[in-house]
Amino acid sequence: MSTNETAAGSASGTATEEFDLFATMALIRAFETRVSELYRDSEIPGFVHTSLGQEAVAAGVGSALADGDYVATTHRGHGHCLARGMDVEAMMAELFARGEGICHGKGGSMHIADPAKGVLGANAIVGASLPLGVGAALSSKLLGQGRVSAAFFGEGAVNQGAFHEAVNLAAIWDLPALLVCENNIYAEFSDSRRMTRVPGVADRAATYGIESETVDGNDVLAVNELALAAAARCREGAGPFLIEAETYRWHGHYEGDAQPYKPEHEATAWRERDPLVVSRTRLLGTGVAAEQLDEIENQASTRVEASIERARQLPPPELEEAYADVYGE
Amino acid sequence: MSTASEVKPEARYIDALGEGMALALEEDERVIVLGIDVGAGGGIFRVTKGLHERFGDERVIDAPISEMGYVGAAVGAAMTGLRPIVEIMFMDFVGVCMDPILNQAAKLRYMTAGALEIPVVFRMQTGAGRSAGAQHSQSLEAWFAHVPGLKVVLPATVADARDLMLDAVHDPNPVVFVENRRLYAMRGDAEAERLPLGKARVARPGDDVTVVTWGQMLRECLSAAEESEASLEVIDLRSLAPLDLDTVVESVRRSGRLLIVHEAVQDFGAGAEIAARVGDLLFDELRTPVRRLGAPAVPMPFSPDLERALLPTSKAISSAAEGLKAEG
Ligand SMILES: Cc1ncc(C[n+]2csc(CCOP(=O)(O)OP(=O)(O)O)c2C)c(N)n1
Ligand SMILES: [Mg+2]
Repeated sequence: MSTNETAAGSASGTATEEFDLFATMALIRAFETRVSELYRDSEIPGFVHTSLGQEAVAAGVGSALADGDYVATTHRGHGHCLARGMDVEAMMAELFARGEGICHGKGGSMHIADPAKGVLGANAIVGASLPLGVGAALSSKLLGQGRVSAAFFGEGAVNQGAFHEAVNLAAIWDLPALLVCENNIYAEFSDSRRMTRVPGVADRAATYGIESETVDGNDVLAVNELALAAAARCREGAGPFLIEAETYRWHGHYEGDAQPYKPEHEATAWRERDPLVVSRTRLLGTGVAAEQLDEIENQASTRVEASIERARQLPPPELEEAYADVYGE
Repeated sequence: MSTASEVKPEARYIDALGEGMALALEEDERVIVLGIDVGAGGGIFRVTKGLHERFGDERVIDAPISEMGYVGAAVGAAMTGLRPIVEIMFMDFVGVCMDPILNQAAKLRYMTAGALEIPVVFRMQTGAGRSAGAQHSQSLEAWFAHVPGLKVVLPATVADARDLMLDAVHDPNPVVFVENRRLYAMRGDAEAERLPLGKARVARPGDDVTVVTWGQMLRECLSAAEESEASLEVIDLRSLAPLDLDTVVESVRRSGRLLIVHEAVQDFGAGAEIAARVGDLLFDELRTPVRRLGAPAVPMPFSPDLERALLPTSKAISSAAEGLKAEG
């Protein structure tokens, strides 16, 4: 979206901007909802981690990046990929392990990627996105690419050495790195608040001498404004910035996890702050018609449904595919 | 104190692992279990289910996602009085915490001329076949068997899941304990004869071809033996380090043919070491060259179809064995 628009310059979200953000969230919601069902029905193999409830972070940050910007993400990365404009059909085909999938059926949900769109990939190693994202920011700086590199990570990853080493590198090398923590409180079955004495992830940035801000991760406009400002800073050469987006994972860690470790009231309270409802309410307040928003949601569903129908018809990869791409020529 | 017989015959492999840990925790209060979500959550695969309730916060400890930290801490604790069973979860994650295993646990006894003892068990879950993708499917046992100072055990039966766990905890050395996820639901005889750590088991006697294997591939090899026109002697190695070459050699002396089967990538795999040693000792007695069957040298693809095509199957094993028999 808005390539060189700096956050400082843009007034706080107009209805048009939020409309686009809402559409991106609706697409992620439709995609993840169906992926969850398809996984339950064994149509999608492997492991799947959905980002239901966290759509505002993906949409808000994804829309703040420009063409060519880099994204390194996590096991919970579908939303980030969609928000960066990855092809829905090619993504769905990948989750179905088809030869026409974006990674030819060799990556799957946990490794979905589209480097042509700057998406260096989802990642199944917790913490791995941080050094990779910082490396991409190094390329951007040394090669004069003028790109921002966004590294997404969960709050569970900040106890991993890779987080600390990567943040420090981004700091001392003054890199255009946008470090985006999706704090959804849980890492697998564990309440992350029990795994550190530091209350906020943003607080940790200060110890490495970089700036940071915490944002309501269920408010897409707030996320987008902050991300736009942070990306603009990066582009101006002001160095890395850490965003901590507070949000909540609706589904289990993996699809099928019954989440006995989550208090009922907590889950309910967060569901009430559904990022799509937060956005819808605001849009309605600005005079947007409910039918218009319904239509956006219907379009998203139709698009996702078409991608599923197509993926179902596609064949699995040819056997040669298994042996291709181990080495380059 | 409860006894091993608490595991009912026809118990599941996963329960036998838990029972092994429970017995170890019960008999020695220096034993602790440590890892991500091994506590109240009961483990991501439910292997440690119930241990936290039984033994409490200080014996069954949830760690943050800090493998370098908590695996290293387990090694430090092992040097100083505790006997940790530390879980790394998917074996692939060992990439983020190799130093404490490779440079610390494996070497400190030696470098201190025996002054330090490091009784630690590194539990890791391995195995392809579930479309878990290239970063969650690797079998890396050869890495560890290559490092002097580490023991590497790979239980393939229900009884071994419990017994090797206990042996690993009792062992004064660092032991890499490799569980194959695809075995978790397997049922089997929990009262099978107990062999010491380091001793291979002849899982099925036969005459024509000796088939050496470990871990999940034992099942495939046993099915192959059922199906094959050749008579296969299947040896479950149970541990790579130490390697019970005597049992292998004794068998190959009779059969004159050796096939080594593993799920790990064949190139530079543990099979190569066994082939070299047997070739060395039995050069004149082998009727055919030693053959290996492992995964081809590619990262494991996500696609279930591709994955299936890459892993050794009972069919491939039996035809390889028949091929060897036909050769000489
Ligand atoms: C190095 C490593 N350790 C452990 C795991 C297992 N694991 C996968 S996701 C996860 C929790 C991650 O939590 P968080 O970073 O908060 O992300 P979220 O799942 O909440 O999006 C864990 C422990 C892993 N994939 N990689
Ligand atoms: Mg989390």
